[in-house]
Amino acid sequence: MIKIVHYINQFYGGIGGEEFAGYKPEVREGFVGPGLGLNSLIKDQAEIVATVICGDTFFNENMDQAKSEIITMIKKYNPDIFVAGPAFNAGRYGVACGAICQAVKNELKIPVLTAMYPENPGVEMFVKDAYILETTNSAAGMRKALPALGKFLKKLINNETIGRPEEEGYIPRGIRVNYFAEKRGSSRAVDLLVKKLHNEEFTTEFPMPLFDNVEPHNPVENITQAKIAIVTSGGIVPKGNPDHIESSSASKYGKYDITGVDDLTAETYETAHGGYDPTYANQDSDRVIPVDVLRNMVKEGKIGSLHNYFYSTTGNGTAVADAKKWGAEIAKELVADGVNAVILTST
Amino acid sequence: MKLEIGKIVIRDIQFSDITKIDQGILHINKEEMIAELSTDMRIKSIDLDIAKPGEDVRIIPVKDVIEPRVKVAGSGGIFPGMISPVDTVGSGRTHALKGMAVVTTGRIVGFQEGIIDMSGEGARYTPFSKLINLVITCEPIDKIDAHEHEEAVRMIGLKAATWLGMLGKDLEPDELLTYETKPLLEQVAQYPELPKVVYVYMLQSQGLLHDTYVYGVDVKKIIPSIIYPTEVFDGAILSGNCVSACDKNPTYVHQNHPIIEDLYALHGKEYNFLGVVITNENVYLADKKRSSDMTAKLVEFMGADAVIISEEGFGNPDADLVMNCNKISAKGIMTVLMTDEYAGQDGASQSLADSTPAGDAVVTGGNANQLIVLKPMKKVIGHPEAAHKIAGGHQGSLREDGSIEAEIQLITGSTSEVGFHNLSAKGY
Repeated sequence: MIKIVHYINQFYGGIGGEEFAGYKPEVREGFVGPGLGLNSLIKDQAEIVATVICGDTFFNENMDQAKSEIITMIKKYNPDIFVAGPAFNAGRYGVACGAICQAVKNELKIPVLTAMYPENPGVEMFVKDAYILETTNSAAGMRKALPALGKFLKKLINNETIGRPEEEGYIPRGIRVNYFAEKRGSSRAVDLLVKKLHNEEFTTEFPMPLFDNVEPHNPVENITQAKIAIVTSGGIVPKGNPDHIESSSASKYGKYDITGVDDLTAETYETAHGGYDPTYANQDSDRVIPVDVLRNMVKEGKIGSLHNYFYSTTGNGTAVADAKKWGAEIAKELVADGVNAVILTST
Repeated sequence: MKLEIGKIVIRDIQFSDITKIDQGILHINKEEMIAELSTDMRIKSIDLDIAKPGEDVRIIPVKDVIEPRVKVAGSGGIFPGMISPVDTVGSGRTHALKGMAVVTTGRIVGFQEGIIDMSGEGARYTPFSKLINLVITCEPIDKIDAHEHEEAVRMIGLKAATWLGMLGKDLEPDELLTYETKPLLEQVAQYPELPKVVYVYMLQSQGLLHDTYVYGVDVKKIIPSIIYPTEVFDGAILSGNCVSACDKNPTYVHQNHPIIEDLYALHGKEYNFLGVVITNENVYLADKKRSSDMTAKLVEFMGADAVIISEEGFGNPDADLVMNCNKISAKGIMTVLMTDEYAGQDGASQSLADSTPAGDAVVTGGNANQLIVLKPMKKVIGHPEAAHKIAGGHQGSLREDGSIEAEIQLITGSTSEVGFHNLSAKGY
């Protein structure tokens, strides 16, 4: 028998409404609330062995604590699959379902599943972490949501291949999966062109994303006092590339000490970047990260100081999600080191 | 401009005493061909190998893939401005040796050369595994800079293809195809009732080692211009190019341009294919603005109702693709875009470096970050350790048993952005 643990909030757990939203995590054997209906749909193959109930406010305001306590509770039952919700359009409940699914997936390495309304904030935050089945915006949709969950659970139970979002009813996660098409790309492009010309319905193979733009900061006020750091995606590394940063699709960044270094030379530094001709960067890496000029500017009193570390990775083909994560890590360290401004160089 | 392409099918390649094509078999006198190619002081040694579909063979690092062709009638010669003197090509008759290619390899030039596996999982990802490949291994002298190295190997490949192409000059082709595009006003008048289509052909020109040549001119230095589609079939455009192997256009792809071929297929039926606008992908913003302005202007000037725009490379040129799309769309002209994706190894990251809501019809060549394990091969032509360095590989890519774990980015032609291959991606 496949073992399933189910997560629900205080309302569906029968504890109470908003006034009980601070309810701390509790685990009960077997199914509770919507788990009754869900269990009946899968009972020939699987069983809800335990249900975790937690108040929405408690979860959201104490997320790390809640997650760790709940994980401990779940672990005890050694489940094969984890289900949360459905949360419909309840925002904090949706976030809790998403967050706990993410934590369970990462820590227990088992399939996770939840369900909610596409506009629930939990979708945007966790759509890549869990299959989120689409529901209506209110609990009135429970009658439809449970059979959908049951059907999807059966697929997970039987280890079946999960098809595309429109076939399976989950909200698109934006995960791109390669396949070999019947026709070559050029022929598909001509087909698309003809459909467009005939004003027929067409489907793009790649929906263009909407980008978030970063507003530029105001200029640095006291530039002559400011501590400046260098961060680059131009791949400058100490000669020999000690961290083996990849020439494309980097899996890491490096942090390098330039204390006492006034000039980068062909003997001491080079680029690991595979997306541009490295000749000129290898001759003189100051061309990518201007250490020599910045040292002079410090001497001339034009800037306060140059931070003793620079951060470097190769930007070509590197996943934006990784770049975002590293950017956040680097920014945190720079702030802690008292850096006031950063020069970002690409190539 | 009217061009006949005579296809001479090559069924096998063998080393023999006399260089000739007989009954579809290409015989090569190895010593003679090596002597013919050994004229560049920058190259220390040249060797030839034959790699056939299904064989337990890997070619690494692949620099270029070229089809042997020869001008039989009409002005100019193959690869004008590079091998043949500058003269307008694209009319008359050209013979091509089909089913085979010249593949150049040898010590790695930069980071961006590729892999062709002739069998196994890797073979599925490269369209060139289906060809009988004559592989030229060119080893440079010890002290050579990257640009000289690239140029020397490029020229040997082109020379070899031209030399072999000559063998097909007087042969009766197995198949004869005709392509014709008339001067603009006549072409418009030929199918007045059909919508007018132009192909916007973006050429990689990000910098040294990221170069493409048109009639011998470095594409960085052009402003966009109009060419007849048939000119590319004669080698007017060729690769000197070291962007990632998966989505650069080897010379073979320019010569057998899939979009141009497929646009011709429905020309006069579904639309009127007027011609090609070539443009570049320079790295400076002013160049990007100028080229995209000019491209949109030329497309409008030709009276196009719709265009297909293809990108070459990724990252920086995504900006050119988006600028071309926005400016052409703003003129009320429909667009279909062709690109590939860098969505991370898990496919969950953002695929492109730039984006536009106007790009509502996109064909993708797939996610280049997808991981693959290439089996060990009995025979490796070239330098397997290049796998650690090639874009798409990483330190440790080449494993002890000779297998390679890397992204499909390092497989030549895997995510072709002119749609030379079948790979694509879906959202999940």
